[in-house]
Amino acid sequence: MENFIYHRPTKPADAVKAMKDAADGKFLSGGMTLLPTMKQGLAAPSDIIDLGGLGNSGVEVGADKVTVKAGTVHANVATDKGVKKAIPALSALAGGIGDPHVRNRGTIGGSIANNDPAADYPAAVVGLNATVVTSARSVPGDKFFTDIFTTALKDDEIVTAVEFPVPKRAAYVKFPNPASRYAMVGVMVAELKDGSVRVAVTGAGPKVFRVPEMEKALEANFSADAIGGIKVKASGLNSDMHASPEYRAHLVTVLARRAVAAAK
Amino acid sequence: MDTGIGARVRRKEDHRFITGKGQYTDDINLKDQTYAYFVRSPHAHATIKSIKEPEWAPEDGVVAVFTGEHVAEDKIGGLICGWMIHSKDGSPMKAGPHPILAQGKARYVGDHVAVVIAETKEQAKAAAARVDVTYGVLPHVVDVAKATKSKAQIHDVAPDNTVFEWSLGDKAATEAAFQRAHHVTKLDLVNNRLIPNAMEPRAAIGSYDSGSDHYTLYTTSQNPHVARLVISAFHGLAPEHKLRVIAPDVGGGFGSKIFIYAEEVVCVWASKRIGGRPIKWTAERTESFLADAHGRDHVTHAELAMDKDGHILGLKCHTLASMGAYLSTFASCVPTYLYATLLSGQYAIPAIYAEVDAIYTNTAPVDAYRGAGRPEATYLVERIVETAAREMKIDPAEFRRRNFVTSFPHQTPVIMTYDAGDYDASLKKALEIADYKGFPARKAAAAKQGKLRGIGFANYIEACGIAPSAAVGSLGAGVGLWESAEVRVNPVGTIEVLTGSHSHGQGHETTFAQLVSDRLGVDINSVAIVHGDTDKVQFGMGTYGSRSGAVGMSAISKALDKVEAKARKIAAHVMEAAEGDIEFKNGSFSVKGTDKKMAFGEVALAAYVAHKFPTSEIEPGLKETAFYDPSNFTFPAGCHICEVEIDTETGVTEIVSWTAVDDFGTVINPMIVEGQVHGGITQGIGQALTEGCVYDSESGQLLTGSYMDYCMPRATDVPSFKLGFTETKCPSNPLGMKGCGEAGAIAAPAAVMNAMTDALGVKDLAMPASPHTVWKTLQATKMAAE
Amino acid sequence: MSAISMKVNGKAVCGAVEPRTLLVQFLRENLGLTGTHVGCDTSQCGACVVHVNGTAIKSCTALAVACDGAEVTTVEGLAKNGKLHPMQEAFREHHGLQCGFCTPGMLMAAVDLVNRKGKTLDEETIRHELEGNICRCTGYHNIVKAIQAGAENM
Repeated sequence: MENFIYHRPTKPADAVKAMKDAADGKFLSGGMTLLPTMKQGLAAPSDIIDLGGLGNSGVEVGADKVTVKAGTVHANVATDKGVKKAIPALSALAGGIGDPHVRNRGTIGGSIANNDPAADYPAAVVGLNATVVTSARSVPGDKFFTDIFTTALKDDEIVTAVEFPVPKRAAYVKFPNPASRYAMVGVMVAELKDGSVRVAVTGAGPKVFRVPEMEKALEANFSADAIGGIKVKASGLNSDMHASPEYRAHLVTVLARRAVAAAK
Repeated sequence: MDTGIGARVRRKEDHRFITGKGQYTDDINLKDQTYAYFVRSPHAHATIKSIKEPEWAPEDGVVAVFTGEHVAEDKIGGLICGWMIHSKDGSPMKAGPHPILAQGKARYVGDHVAVVIAETKEQAKAAAARVDVTYGVLPHVVDVAKATKSKAQIHDVAPDNTVFEWSLGDKAATEAAFQRAHHVTKLDLVNNRLIPNAMEPRAAIGSYDSGSDHYTLYTTSQNPHVARLVISAFHGLAPEHKLRVIAPDVGGGFGSKIFIYAEEVVCVWASKRIGGRPIKWTAERTESFLADAHGRDHVTHAELAMDKDGHILGLKCHTLASMGAYLSTFASCVPTYLYATLLSGQYAIPAIYAEVDAIYTNTAPVDAYRGAGRPEATYLVERIVETAAREMKIDPAEFRRRNFVTSFPHQTPVIMTYDAGDYDASLKKALEIADYKGFPARKAAAAKQGKLRGIGFANYIEACGIAPSAAVGSLGAGVGLWESAEVRVNPVGTIEVLTGSHSHGQGHETTFAQLVSDRLGVDINSVAIVHGDTDKVQFGMGTYGSRSGAVGMSAISKALDKVEAKARKIAAHVMEAAEGDIEFKNGSFSVKGTDKKMAFGEVALAAYVAHKFPTSEIEPGLKETAFYDPSNFTFPAGCHICEVEIDTETGVTEIVSWTAVDDFGTVINPMIVEGQVHGGITQGIGQALTEGCVYDSESGQLLTGSYMDYCMPRATDVPSFKLGFTETKCPSNPLGMKGCGEAGAIAAPAAVMNAMTDALGVKDLAMPASPHTVWKTLQATKMAAE
Repeated sequence: MSAISMKVNGKAVCGAVEPRTLLVQFLRENLGLTGTHVGCDTSQCGACVVHVNGTAIKSCTALAVACDGAEVTTVEGLAKNGKLHPMQEAFREHHGLQCGFCTPGMLMAAVDLVNRKGKTLDEETIRHELEGNICRCTGYHNIVKAIQAGAENM
């Protein structure tokens, strides 16, 4: 990979400043996607601002809310007893990202800021109606993921935490790409405490999306059968050698049904 | 503890690997070494109009840039294909030139166009990106089925991109058999292209010593002696005594490290060009995908003729075999003599006729990959036999039984003479282990869970230890396929065995030592196996085609015969007895009817001290060499039974049971043999369910260029395997061994696909049968039913 | 160049590296610890797995500078005082390796697995936890057996 200037700030303000001063800087928070991308020559930032020095890691579990600090690695979200109890779906999702070694290094902040269309966390953020807290503001989950590999974050804005409201019940079911094991399709289904239902799909489209028809049907009747006949449109879904848009569309329904059945 | 033949001896080589002390090529660094990085073609087919270097600054660290012009200046010969195949019309195969750096034209994405040598790896890579190559893009073709009618003309010497049109068997007799047929089964098959993916990427360090005018090449090779021979004789780099090739620990090969590749030759050649500094190259995984020789890639139409009782009358097929853009080292023999000669399977088929067209495409060269030709043959035979049984409503096990070869030797219509086997025995044992009778109940239980359960057989046969040399020579081989061994007994009775076989995971350091321990009654820890260095081992043919046991160990056995014979003579002199009265047992020489005896080590010492025997009759020392050329191929065979369950909603297939019963003849170390079977099956499952190399036909780009898209089987993709063995000794070598390295990869694809088609109730299903493919098949079946 | 120091296999080490130097390069090239291997470019094969501050990571996807001050254990550090680690013993006993190239990563992943999930591991758990380690030789059968046995002996 190309060389770069390495920064390891210990304060968020310093991180933001380093980014402002950099010609073409990139934040590094785990680096599970960024480093392979750089190794393959697909990215060559002038500066790497490693957020690992911020020490912004840990999970807080309240009665209504689980707050995951941005630097928390997936393994810690997956194994945290409080998270397991409050939002088992979130814990299971984190425990299914990549592989054990990736989970020990990759962070929630890094994952959502990168917004890979096949990443798992976006489904949790949108599906659980989470709020993304940044160095500058709070962004509702629905507004955070704007396009493929693009988020609402400004260039010098850092994710500091993600706040997940504790749902009544939820489950995440993922169909991994057979080669990369990223989500070919992943569906988070959640019934929130106010009775509203969210169905968030990752992997299938250019970015995470919700399925309002399913949500409505589940609000009326939270059972797998309620959505058995609801299909998302194939047009606009991702197409690659592993899955056609039609297959992805089909899987959305299958996985959503399975998620409803598994929700707890 | 028993350490002889048949014992489950723990591997001697393991200690260094589990402690991180293995020495793979990339672990070696030579003083003052430089690094190479290759400029590769981004186009599937293009003329090279110019190659320009920028002005390098000192901080670029560039030592040199070489292109095909420099290669031509030095008159370095091109890469060769060492097996001549003649077309039906008698014309020789059409081998286009394959320079070690492209000359005038690049023929696939990843073709080696130039090399940059720099002070560091990073500098070499960065500089390679700055070498300015101007290409003239030409039409390309990547699909073998379209290549003969393509506008792309890949090699001037090969019109219609055809390398050869070859046939085997009696066409008239086969047609006559089909005329008499009660039922004919027809099948179209694609044997998907695979990328070998040994976990250690290829690597090389070439160095030239001007003081002695001598070259050294460290390389990831399965056969360093053949590499030296080819680099000397064909590339013309240096005579053999001026070139040492070392293949240290090698991290898996599966065929892909048999071949002599451009990169390795470039490193050793260019070292002299840069004044003798060593040049190191280690492939990135992406380069392995682009530029290692790939495997398989056949498109076949096959027909099988039966009488009314399901007896096979004849088989015919026409296969298109992609060769890629160049003929790799052994490419031409894979779809011919390693393929069509096995089309009789385990069956007495009176007439067979096979036509094979070898075709150039703008893809990486295709050559031997675990099984090489035999998986393709087994896939054809076992898929069509299973299909025929289903069409004729005969139980597939019974159909096979009716057609088994039952007496030996058996001459097939396609060259091979099967020397020994008992196919019914392995089938019977496999049916028991797999609980074939219980299958309908398991299928019904799965149906209740909404799953489709299927069962599939593969009764494979393969040919290993290709030999004898005269026979393979008559079929076009450019080399002999014997093996050499030297047994050096040290004065203290410890032993070094120098072998031409090469171990890259097979455990030769253990199994070969077991043979010595067994024969000479010595402690296995006093035996060292030396391989992989042309300065230590005089010559050898290397390891591939499951030959190291049957051929390599037989050579050791022959050398041990000589050691024992000489030791007997010496023992007789020392103990003052007649040679005929000397008995050798459990490592001890004794004189019949007396209590006189000498341990093997004492005789060894006596051989070197040389006080007590006439050196005019018996030379001092104890060291013997043997070159062993087998009298026939060996024919491992067996029966694999696979059971799958398919989730009809998602198309996901789970392999729920695997039974493998193999006949490998004599087994030296069952633990190691089982490991070979497990690994082979998993590669075969990979071919059937997950792995497939994909080139984009529009752009000619390799789409499966990393593990992000090329789907390697993981631990969750395979079950634990149930293994059984039957044994008929191979009569063609002194140890009765047949070979075990490729069996799993040969049997597995057909077993999986027979199980899948059984579960789905379809005739055709393409490999890899990914969830997506299965889902599409389910959709089509549903639509047809509606 | 940045000066970094670490404790590798219990020994204090230091070196000067470029920011882009990966942990695996530092281990192999600067420290000569060539037991840790590189088998891919995309962070999938797992031949490079080492422990950093007690957890398994892929050393091909970590910057050496980011590991400044860390405690690192590589395959070379598993055996203590000339005595093999129980997981090493188990791989040998159960023929859990063939060519040996993926083995260091497998061993480090296996030890990490036991550290996380305990000594009693069923086959399904082990297979699932090997998601990030590819072996081309063994078909995983004996690796699974070895890990199961090694875990019990840890």
